Amino acid sequence: MKVAITSTGNTPESKLDSRFGRCSYFVIYDTDTKEMEFVINPNKEANEGAGPASVKLIASYKVEKAISGEFGFKIKSLMNEINIQMIIIQEEKTIKEIVDMLKN
Amino acid sequence: MKIAIASGKGGTGKTFVSTNLFQIFQSSGHHTLLVDCDVECPNSLIFFKLKKISDTLVMEYRPKIDLDKCNYCGRCSDYCEYNAIFCIPELEQIRLLSNLCHGCEACAVACKQNAIKDSKTEIGKISFFTDSYNHIFIEGRMKEGKISSVPVIKSTIKEASFLSYDYMILDSSPGTSCPFIQTATRADYIIIVTEPTPFGLSDLQQAVETLDTLNKNYGVIINRAGLGNADVYDYLNKNHIPILAEIPFSKEIAHLYSEGKLAVSYIDDVNELFKGIYNNIIDNGSSIY
Repeated sequence: MKVAITSTGNTPESKLDSRFGRCSYFVIYDTDTKEMEFVINPNKEANEGAGPASVKLIASYKVEKAISGEFGFKIKSLMNEINIQMIIIQEEKTIKEIVDMLKN
Repeated sequence: MKIAIASGKGGTGKTFVSTNLFQIFQSSGHHTLLVDCDVECPNSLIFFKLKKISDTLVMEYRPKIDLDKCNYCGRCSDYCEYNAIFCIPELEQIRLLSNLCHGCEACAVACKQNAIKDSKTEIGKISFFTDSYNHIFIEGRMKEGKISSVPVIKSTIKEASFLSYDYMILDSSPGTSCPFIQTATRADYIIIVTEPTPFGLSDLQQAVETLDTLNKNYGVIINRAGLGNADVYDYLNKNHIPILAEIPFSKEIAHLYSEGKLAVSYIDDVNELFKGIYNNIIDNGSSIY
């Protein structure tokens, strides 16, 4: 299963980005292969609609879960419709810590 | 001549100035239109006893996606600058996010399948009113729940411009963003209403910088003079920006306003102030200094 995690940087030591649509990077983590891919978010500076565009981006990686600090109201129904589960983490955690949580 | 009454900061007295200035213009025998362009919250017309003549709806394009013809290629979604079409080719999902749509029709150009049909949605309304002297008043009003006020402002001023007039007074939205710019670009002269407070100064500076980039002529009315400090005056003097009038901070003016009365009809000093602005405009047109 693939999981998208919003990240402030492109290393496992980077912190979780608290914003979904305008995060700096998406980490696409595969729980089967344990592989991690960092994808730069082209929607960070979008004029409008960064949320829906980011949903589109992670959906193209066929993720089943998305982890972020928050999800905007425009995208909740879209995520439900395409069956991506939203997980909110509000504590400050690194990508590595979150990936470790997914492993257990 | 079109005169826009604008401000950076909200609540400085745009509507107060618009309505009172209108009163002076029309009572001096000029064919004057009062146009409320503050479409998010129009309220200039409550100061007059009016009868509605007609309404014109403001419509905007929205794509209608024909799912029988759509092949989920995603071109329309890629073309959309506002991310208003949510399309996931891999999942054969497509949906219009109507609130993000600006009605530019790029999606219809992008579609090779002829799957995008033209449809219209109501985004606002322009209402025409008259008083017992046959003056015309025009009000733009956004439809509740719609996001973009700009097309409504544009249509309101366009419709007003079809009428005959000597002077048109445009009561603008506050701020210095798109709604303000829409009104200001269509005016020959802009009166910025400010107050002598730090907030007033900060927002005045932004309004001035915006109008300078638009190459517009403007002057400033200081409302609630006597409040705050001298910083607004220093700024205006330093930048050679004309002060058209100073309206004193007065309980009497506020009281009349709260009762929906025009101060120019009740207080001689205020009448004189507005007459001064009027004479300045009559004499100098858009090159008031």
